[in-house]
This record gives sequence, C-alpha cells and structure tokens, in this order.
Amino acid sequence: MGGSGTSPARGRVVDLGMPEFPRGAARAVADSQLRFNLRKATHTIRGKRANVVAELPDWLELRAAGKAIKDHTLRNLDRYLIRLERAVTEAGGHVHWAADAAEANRIVTDLVKATGETSVVKVKSMATQEIGLNEALAEAGITAYETDLAELIVQLGDDRPSHILVPAIHRNRAEIREIFLDHMGEWGRPAPEGLTDEPRALAEAARLHLRERFLSTKVAISGANFMVAETGTLVVLESEGNGRMCLTLPETLISVVGIEKVVPTWRDLEVFLQLLPRSSTGERMNPYTSTWTGVTPGDGPREFHLVLLDNGRTDVLADEVGRQALRCIRCSACLNVCPVYERAGGHAYGSVYPGPIGAILTPQLRGMASPLDASLPYASSLCGACYDVCPVAIDIPTVLVHLRARAPHPPAERTLLRAASWVLARASRLAGVQRLASRLRRLIPRRAPGPLAAWTDTRDVPPVPKEPFRDWWDRTEGGAE
Amino acid sequence: MTPPAGPSAGLPATGSRERILARIRAAVAAAPEPPVRRAYRTGARMPRETLIELFAERVRDYRAIVHTVPGAEVPGTVAAALARRGVRRLVVPAHLPEAWLERTGGSVERLADDPPLPAAELDRADGVISGCAVAIAETGTIVLDAGPGQGRRALTLVPDYHLCLVRAEQIVPRVPEAIARLDPRRPLTWISGPSATSDIELNRIEGVHGPRTLEVVIITD
Repeated sequence: MGGSGTSPARGRVVDLGMPEFPRGAARAVADSQLRFNLRKATHTIRGKRANVVAELPDWLELRAAGKAIKDHTLRNLDRYLIRLERAVTEAGGHVHWAADAAEANRIVTDLVKATGETSVVKVKSMATQEIGLNEALAEAGITAYETDLAELIVQLGDDRPSHILVPAIHRNRAEIREIFLDHMGEWGRPAPEGLTDEPRALAEAARLHLRERFLSTKVAISGANFMVAETGTLVVLESEGNGRMCLTLPETLISVVGIEKVVPTWRDLEVFLQLLPRSSTGERMNPYTSTWTGVTPGDGPREFHLVLLDNGRTDVLADEVGRQALRCIRCSACLNVCPVYERAGGHAYGSVYPGPIGAILTPQLRGMASPLDASLPYASSLCGACYDVCPVAIDIPTVLVHLRARAPHPPAERTLLRAASWVLARASRLAGVQRLASRLRRLIPRRAPGPLAAWTDTRDVPPVPKEPFRDWWDRTEGGAE
Repeated sequence: MTPPAGPSAGLPATGSRERILARIRAAVAAAPEPPVRRAYRTGARMPRETLIELFAERVRDYRAIVHTVPGAEVPGTVAAALARRGVRRLVVPAHLPEAWLERTGGSVERLADDPPLPAAELDRADGVISGCAVAIAETGTIVLDAGPGQGRRALTLVPDYHLCLVRAEQIVPRVPEAIARLDPRRPLTWISGPSATSDIELNRIEGVHGPRTLEVVIITD
C-alpha cells in the first residue's frame, strides 16, 4: 500500500450510471405511489423538526457555534487529524489513511481477511456507501450484512437508498412486507409465516432476522457522526440499537470516516448533540448515542481500526465557496424541506447524497464530467428553504450558483452569453442592437430556434416594440407631448 | 494483543497520509481563521424538584415507564416492577447497591457478569437492572458509562427489558452540563427511551434491536 498508483485527486463516489437529473426526476414524478410516500414522509418530519427546534430559545446561537466550530476545524484540519490519530493510537486503536475509494476498500478488505472471517455486520454509514464498500467486499468473498432497518429493506430489495436518514422512504409498508417475505430467506432467517404489513410486525421480523447474526458475527463495520481530536473519541447516533450491537458485540470494529467529521474538543459535542437529533429525526434526542475511545479491556471490541477517508474531500476544501459543504453533519433536514426533492425523490440525484446537500456535494466530490453531475447544480429552484433549516448554516443556494458557473455549458449558450456580454458592456451597443431589433421585429419568430426551443415550449418570445423605450423617451421628452 | 493486522501494519506514516495532509495544507492556506463564539446557554441550574419533574416528563414522552419514589420505597418499587414484567432471570452488574434488590426474593435468579456472560446467555435473560452516570432533564436522556452498577455495554443492550435507576443528584438540566460531567475515555451509551425506528412510513415503533421496554425509577432523595 502507501501510494502505488493511487492519487488523492478527484474522488470516486460510486457513480450509478444514471441519466442526468431531469430525466431521472421525470421518471419519479410520473410514479404517483412514490410521490405520495415522499410527500407524507417529508411533511411529517419537517413538522416534527420545526416543533423541537422551536423549543430551544438559543437555536440560532447553537447554529452559529456549530458553523464556526466546523469552519475552524476545516481551517486547521491537518492539525486536528494528526491530534486525532495520536489520541486514537494512544487509546489502543489503529489509524489508516485512504486517499480514495479504492484504497479505503483495499484497507478494509485486507483487515477483514486478516481476521479470517467471511461475513461482517454493518451499521448504516454514508461513507461506506460512497465508496461502494459492500461491492468491494463481495468481490473478495466477504458478505456484508446491513443491520439498519431501512438499509435492510434496501439490501433485501436489491435497491438503492433514496434518503439520508430514511433510506427506504420510497417504500410503503405493503412493499416492505413483500420484500421481507420474498428475500429474507436468501440472506438468513426467513420472515415469519403470516407476516402482516403492520409496522410493529415488520420491525419484529427484522429483529428476529438479525438477532442471531449480531450475537455470532466477529467483525463490524461502521461510520461515525463525529470524531473528537482531543480525546480520540468516536460518536455514533442511531435509533434502533443495531449500532450498539455492532459497536459492542464483535471482536473487531472497523470505522470508515470522512476526514471532515473531526471536531476539536469533547466540549464541542455539547453543540452538535443538540443540533443533530432535532434537525434529523425531529426528536429532542435520538434513542441511542454511543461514544468510544480506542479499545476498553473487557468491554466491546478488542481491536479497533479507524480508516480516514479523503476521496475528493480535499478538492472540496480547496474551493473557497464550495468548501462549506464539508460542514455538513448529514442530518437530512434540507431534503425534507426541498420542493424539488419532495417531487423528484432521492434516486434522481444518482448518488448516495441526494437532495440539496447532494446537489452541491456530489458534483464537488466527483467533478462535473458526467451529464448527471453537471446537471445537479440545476436541481433546485434556489428557494433557499435548505439554507434556513441547515443546522450548520451551509448557504446551499450560493454554492449551487457558484457550481452552475463552473459547470460545462453548451456552445450555443456560451456564444449567446458572450454576445450578450459584449452588447451590455456599452450603452451605445445596446441602443444599436435595440434599434436593429425594432426594425427587424416582423422577422423574429414566436418560437426560438435550435437548442433554445425548449425555453419557448412554455413561454412566448416577448414582443419587440416599434421603437426602443429610450428613443421614445428622447423623442417625446418623457411622454410630455 | 496481536499486532495490528492489515496492510499498514508497522507503517505509522503511509504515503497517503502525507499526501492528504499536504493537500489539506495547500487547500486552506489562504482561508480566513474564523472565531468560535459560544453564545448558547451553558451552566444552567434548576431546583431539584423541577429537574425531577422535567426529566420524568421527557422520559415518559419516549413511552418509557417512569416511577418517582423516595429512597425508602426503591426496593418495593423494583420488586413490583420485576414481578409485573415476569422477570425470572435478571442480569445484575457488579457493584449495584444491594439494597435495590433486597425485596425481590427468591423468585428472581441473579446473573452476575463474573466470569463474563456469553452473548447467548444475555439473550436468554429476561431483563437487566442498572444505575447510570448522568441523566439529562431537558432531553429525557440517561447516560451509562460502564461504571459501578452499570457493567459493560452488552449487559444493558442484549436483554429485552432494562430497569434503570436514576438518583436525583445525577440529573443535570441540559446537554452542556452532561458533557462537562462525563469522562470521554470511558465507553458511553446515551439512552433516550426504548429502541425505536421510524423507517416504515415514518411511524415511530418502539423496539427493534435494543431493549424494547425501558423502565426508569427516579430516586428523589
């Protein structure tokens, strides 16, 4: 290892080979069941969030502190990562650095192979989805079992997550029942006979399906919501208890975490443990939060590995407007308020990071070479609801506009805008063009030609007056005649 | 312990480490250094009665069972709770106050974690009783730090029923006061109600993998 041909250049977020956003979105918009599921879910959760946020009189001060702590950390990221590495190592853990997805997958695969095990349990982690870890492990003959209920639904249904917090938000209870009945048996203990679509019965089926797995699996893989540089402590927030199972019962724990997840001090958690649960699930606190520092003799895993992942993050960091996306704590509040996400759903974004945050994170992590990634900065009406709810004040609309400027533009558009820029640079040029347009007004078509035709599908070309306004004003002395 | 397995064994600094750090330094070289202001509320104080009331209300919101009793009534409350639940095999962490269990009688078999109970044995237990390290009134949260009367993390995770005793002086008003009291070097578990999921149509369902029933006894003196 250590650099054989790997470059920390542009990251490789798993590219799902999807069409550009408008085509993916059109498919979702045509699916009325999906639209119903999404609307119900996003509206429920945004109401819950608003209630628990309103309970805290100092929400704006917490938000400002969260933003500032993250900005400070990113400014000094090298220092805090080194401190984190030292603290984790001193507490008995091992730290690995992965420049890109391939290197991270190789490190994790080798670590699992070294244990001699052929299966691992996983607690939901965006980072491992981003690098396609499950697929890499499968190639090495290692089965990764997802244990989060929604991830289990996605895995059994051979599907893709469509929401950060509720990855199976696009599935309703009847669909989930079908998936459990059809596929649980292929992965382990089959679903109970006579399974109903009652949510409680479905949760019970998941509990039974996974229990034996938790008690017997020797290796677990997780992500982390936060890493504390000062103490080497990792933090995972969850609801179901599958996280606690993975973090506590196996002998070996491997955590794959993006380098931007570090915070400087233990005290900083007093901010984020207030911001995250309220923004994310709309609860005062999520049911379970686990923190661990290296290894503790007699309690939990005997071996702990931390894989620090770059995979394009240092590229994002280098963009002075775009770098604020690295403040993201993956709460998903921006998805739940976004009018575009509510209609298009998560799959149209073609990335593990959907919604407004995905629209600014994915093109920065992956670059904008593919049509999908180049279309993502346009997957927004720029209404700004995402910015309002963001607990770390990421100005998503500003970053979207910034990325639109960087996205590749078609030659016709570039030519037109160059022409417009030349005309608008001097008043005399503008006046000349306006007079010319007035003289030729009968020749201007109602529908725009060529690549501009789409614009006139839903709009009329504005009528051109007989004479430009300025000429009329001069001739009539402001209409005084 | 065996040396670290895997590709970076014995290599403290890999090429990727140096390159990532160099790329970070280049990326932020011209970035401003923003000040961190902490204008949010810290160091809150509340009268003991308010703390107890608020904590009890917030834990109940998570659909946990809550009792608020003076110390003298704890043994009776614990015995009644275990009887109601039908607990026969109870996991008892080391250094749990003996008085808490003095009324449970012979119908409850106590499982000590010495030698450590295998996971399958924990799975067969009917429940676990524990104390806690800190509790947070505003969020209805109990924090375990694997200290005396709490045991290692698996004890309060695998059994389906968790009876947790909280002394009034362990309750703090808000999250910042809890963070200040806790030792990050210990493995911590923050518990806010029973295990739950909202993954199916956003309906909150209590109970997936952690204990599906959480019962809390607040000791007022």
